[in-house]
This record gives sequence, structure tokens and C-alpha cells, in this order.
Amino acid sequence: MSKLVLLGDEAIAQGAMDAGLSGVYAYPGTPSTEITEYIQRSKEARERKVHTDWSANEKTAMEAALGMSYAGKRAMACMKHVGLNVAADPFMNAAITGVNGGLLVVTADDPSMHSSQNEQDSRYYGRFAMIPVLEPSSQQEAYDLTRYGFDLSEKYHLPVMVRITTRLAHSRSAVGRSPVRKKNDMILPADLKQFILLPSMARKKFRILLSAQENLEEEGKTSGVNRLEKGAGKKRGIIACGLAYNYYREVAETCHLDDPLLKISQYPVPPDMLRDFVREVEEVVLLEEGYPLLEESLRGGLECGHVIRGRLDGTLPRDGELNPARVARALGLDTGSSRPVPETVRNRPPVLCKGCGHIDVYNALNEALNNYSPGRVFSDIGCYTLGALPPYNAINSCVDMGASVTMAKGAADAGMHPSVAVIGDSTFTHSGMTGLLDAVMEGTPVTIIISDNSATGMTGGQKSHATGRLVDICRGLGVEKKHVRVVVPLRKNHDENVRIMEEELAFEGVSVIIAQRECIQTAGKRRKKSS
Amino acid sequence: MKRDIILAGVGGQGILSIAAVIGMAAVDSGLYLKQSEVHGMSQRGGAVESHLRLSDRPVHSDLIPEGKCDMILSVEPMEALRQLPFLSADGWIVTAGKPYRNIGDYPQEEQLYEEIRKVENHIILDADQIAAKLGSRKISNMVMLGAASDQLGLPMDRLEAALEMLFGRKGEQIVRLNSSALRAGRDAVNSL
Repeated sequence: MSKLVLLGDEAIAQGAMDAGLSGVYAYPGTPSTEITEYIQRSKEARERKVHTDWSANEKTAMEAALGMSYAGKRAMACMKHVGLNVAADPFMNAAITGVNGGLLVVTADDPSMHSSQNEQDSRYYGRFAMIPVLEPSSQQEAYDLTRYGFDLSEKYHLPVMVRITTRLAHSRSAVGRSPVRKKNDMILPADLKQFILLPSMARKKFRILLSAQENLEEEGKTSGVNRLEKGAGKKRGIIACGLAYNYYREVAETCHLDDPLLKISQYPVPPDMLRDFVREVEEVVLLEEGYPLLEESLRGGLECGHVIRGRLDGTLPRDGELNPARVARALGLDTGSSRPVPETVRNRPPVLCKGCGHIDVYNALNEALNNYSPGRVFSDIGCYTLGALPPYNAINSCVDMGASVTMAKGAADAGMHPSVAVIGDSTFTHSGMTGLLDAVMEGTPVTIIISDNSATGMTGGQKSHATGRLVDICRGLGVEKKHVRVVVPLRKNHDENVRIMEEELAFEGVSVIIAQRECIQTAGKRRKKSS
Repeated sequence: MKRDIILAGVGGQGILSIAAVIGMAAVDSGLYLKQSEVHGMSQRGGAVESHLRLSDRPVHSDLIPEGKCDMILSVEPMEALRQLPFLSADGWIVTAGKPYRNIGDYPQEEQLYEEIRKVENHIILDADQIAAKLGSRKISNMVMLGAASDQLGLPMDRLEAALEMLFGRKGEQIVRLNSSALRAGRDAVNSL
């Protein structure tokens, strides 16, 4: 078969399809979005009737994938790292229930926070749940390990995590395909009580998970995914996890290094594999793209006599993604004096698009809040978070999906009035609705502005579950009819929108203002398509 | 053969299209390729870059090491300078001259040109004007690709074949327009 040029994300997608995937479940989130989009665009996936529709959030995605696995089919849930926080409940418990059809959980981490609020390392979640984690270093490995992951999942009846980071997710290279495996037939679990986690049953299941650990470690030794690459050096050894392997190879080639290397792409890592490697050298440098997970476990609480270098002793910076220069410096190499960026170069942060409806929302809101002291606007995750920057300076928080609504409620409970939330339509159906229900139950004086652009805008304009449903949802949750206001955020409506906002800000109960105008990016694409 | 290229610009200026054309032409020529892109938040009018690595041997890192880049190919002058730490001692800057002003404190363009001229191998081209003459400012990215084509080490017909593959479904006229931009860019540099 000829090679395809694929993003790391797309390699995972193709790998899953070729492994007999029956359904992908996901909520868009950079840098994971392109996995699902690739399958959505795929003709083969359509012909094979693979489920590809977006889920409301990562938790519903994870649960639906688990349900598909229950029915015997291969399923995949994809998310960005912080999405796994949302899906953590089903994720942790899926490790206890185990799976029937193969189940992969793909998390795309974002070290250096290119498009995220933090740089948490999903491998810790894998260890927490005590399931296997695969961490490919290249696009080809992403393809191959996805396939292997499904087999591994079915062999041990456990979910398997595939963890990548931004640079692999969004980098292209050639990928060779393996023959396509057919999809599983629907077949229910042999034990129809497998998925019932009543305490008495859960205790048994947990013991099974514990007893599987030794086999999982053995698998990490025999699968060939982790491997020793011999080197002539005796002094220093390198342990490189996932993508870090490439940076070492790059530096080694240009600087003619020949250190023994332990390449890690599968967890749990067998302790004796680490021990044997460490014994042969005087000093070990750990290269991990993320938190110092292996470094912590190698160091342990006590000094073991070996010199362990990595992110914890300052050999590598404690935060941020790796790159060839950082790895070279960690290995004591002079990277040479590079040219500095001239002082004339200014920062160019992302901005709201020209003509974006969020701009009109913030212009109206800023004016409506003119008569109040500042610091009253809680916001959320999406393009509209850019309202934090000049010239708007319109918001005071951005924490996690849906937090605008509940933080506004908490601040109102503390006595702040008016207390305002600004949330996007897709974020609202992701995680804002339950918070609004809390406010309705107590009649909390909050003003919720749903800036509805009828798309999941920041990640590229995916379909939003909220489109056409917001009034019904808010009414259904119990917001009074006269306090569900719909406005069109356009400059010509500015004065009227300010007036409506002022009215609702003054109201001492739950009010929702739905500012409805399609994302200009998706509107543009739609017009292009129809012409 | 080995070429490390950084494409630079502002989100929305079409650097991913340049990357796609070079990438396709490279793979078609039997070269190894790694091409790192920026997706997500920065695409909204922020500074964006793409690391493009072509070689006749396998490529390890998805990112180009600092000081090792053979060419900064930029569609905006300030964005070209932002990538300077990556440029090798004998590397080239090939950039469009027209500033993209979407920030309040954008510097004087003459200051930027002065900094670019400090790099021995540089080309500043008014791609916008060339594209406008051809009938569409949108194709100034392909003018810049043409301007860089001699340094790329990829034959022109491979680049044109890649254009055909990339834009073919948008119709012959679009392919022709982009091809003419490619050639105009190359010709403009050759007559400098």
C-alpha cells in the first residue's frame, strides 16, 4: 500500500479505522480535534458505518465509547488533556469494569500550553487508573501503536490510553498502512455482571485489576515497544519517553553522541528493565515530554546512589515542551550562539476575527456595566476568552468548561450583584447547563450571557449541540420566559442590546441573554460551499 | 539533500497552503518529510509558523533545531524576524515586504527592513503587488513560494504538480492562477 502523509492525529485515526474501529466519540479540543475530523471526512469510515458524530462533552464521549465496547465492538474516545478531567469519572471506573470490545482513550496533551489552560500530563491518569499507556514518538508509531492498543485492550480486557502531545498531533509525515481488519461483531460480555460496580462486585474487580499489573509490566518488556538501543558510552545513559526520543536522536546525529538509550513508549515500564539499564551507567538523563513521571519513580524517596538527571534537578526546565536545543543543553552541549529576535519585533497575540459577534457582545456588555464597579464578569473556554485582552478587557475569569456559570453563581451567593457569566453556545451545552440549573433552583441573581455563534468556533467551527436549542434548554431548566432574552449582536443593535443587558443586570434573579449570530468563519465557509 | 525551512506569517495568511504544496512535492520526489503546523488558538490572527524538514534520509525531530534552518520563508516581514534564532549562519530570509498590521504597536516598516537586510542572504519581495496584478491578493502566498523555489531544491514542475493536486478540485482556473503566481514569484526574484 502506498504511504499517506498524515498528522500524528490523523495517523491515530487511520490506525484505528484499519484496526476495525466501530465508533469514535469526542468533543473538539486542540490538539486532539483532527483525529475525529479525519474519520468524519473518511469515505471508508462512511462505507463501514463507523460512528463519528461529536459528543456533548468528553464524559458523554467516554461513556458512549464504553457502551460500544460493552456491545463487543472496538471504540475510541478522543480528547485534549483537560478533557480527560471531564471524563475522569467514567475513565477511572472503566479500568475497574474492564472492557469487552477494545477500547482506546486518546489524550492529546499540550505542554507549553499553546491552546490550553494547563500542561497536565495524562500519563499520570493512566498510572492512576492502572491501565496501559502507549506514547508514540512518530506518526508511524502513532499508527502502529493504535492498532496494537486495540489488541492489547482485548487481550487484557482493559481500556488502553494512547498519549500524544501537540508536536506529534500537529506534525505530518509519511505513514505506511497495515491490512484492514474487519470490525468486531456485536457480542455481549461473557459475564453480564462485568459492568456492575456495586461495592461487593467492584472490590473483586479492583483485585483483578491489581493482579493484572504484573502481566502489564511483562507486556512492556516483551512487546518490543520499549527497547534498548545500545551505545558505546558507559558513563551516561538516556531514557527517552515518547517524542523526546526524536530530539535525542536529532542531537545525537549532529553531535555524534553514542549513549546507551532506553526508548520508552509503553507503560507500565517494567521496574527490572529500568533497574538493569541504570546499573550499567553512572548517570541517567531522563527526557520526558511532560511532567517528570518516570524521573520521580526512579528517584524514589531515597537516593539510590545513581545520579538521576531530568526536570527535577534543573537539567531540563521544569515546565514547557522539549525541543532539540533544550535536549542538547541538558546533555551539556553548547548549542552555539543563535541570532536573537530583534527588539523591533512585537508580540502578536491571537485576536477575535474582524466582524465577530463576540466583539459586539463585549462592546455592549462593557457599556452596560459602566455604572458598576469592575470585576464582575466570569467567562469560559472559547474564542470569546480573547475578550480578556485589550481593547476589550471585558472578563475576569477563564478556568474550565462551564465554570463561568457556576463561578458567577458562587460570587452572587457571596453577595456580588450584578454577577455575570459569558459563555459560548457549545461550552454551555458541554458543561454550563447543570450550573444554570443550580442557579435556577435557588433563584440566584446572575446574568448569563450565552454568546451563541452556532459553532464550536475556536477548534475550527464544528457543529454545536446548542444550535437552535438554547431558548428551549433555558426555558426547560426553569428560567422565566421574560428573562430569556434573545439579541442579535450587531453594531446597528448596539443601543438596544445595551438597554436589554442593563435591564437584566438590574434584575435580582436568574436571567439569560442569548446573543445569536453565526461565527463569521463558519458563515464564510458555508457561503463558499453553496456558491 | 536536506532542507530545513520555517514558514512564517499571521494566522489566515495561507502558510499552511505553502507547506502543503512543498510537502506534496517533496514526498512525490521520494524525500522524507516532517512538517509541524500550528492549529488552534494562534490561528486567529496571531503569529504562526510551520517547521518543514525535507531530507533524503529519515528525519528525527519534528522541530528544526535553533540555528539550523536553511530558509525562513515568510509572508510578513515582522514574522520573518521572529524566527531569526532558528536561521543558520548562511541561511536565507525570503519574505514578503507588506506588513500585516493588526496590533497597535506595530513598528515602522523601515526598521524591519533594516533588520532583515542585516542578514546577508535576504530577499524582500512586494508579493502583494505582484499578486494584485495577477488578479487576486489571495495568491501572494504562492508568489512567495515561487520566490523561494530556487532555494528549495525542488523542481518547478513538482511544485506545479502539487498545486494541481491541492487545488484541482477547486477548478482549473484556480490551479492556473496559483501556477501563474508561483512563476511570477520566481521570475521577480530572478530579475532582482
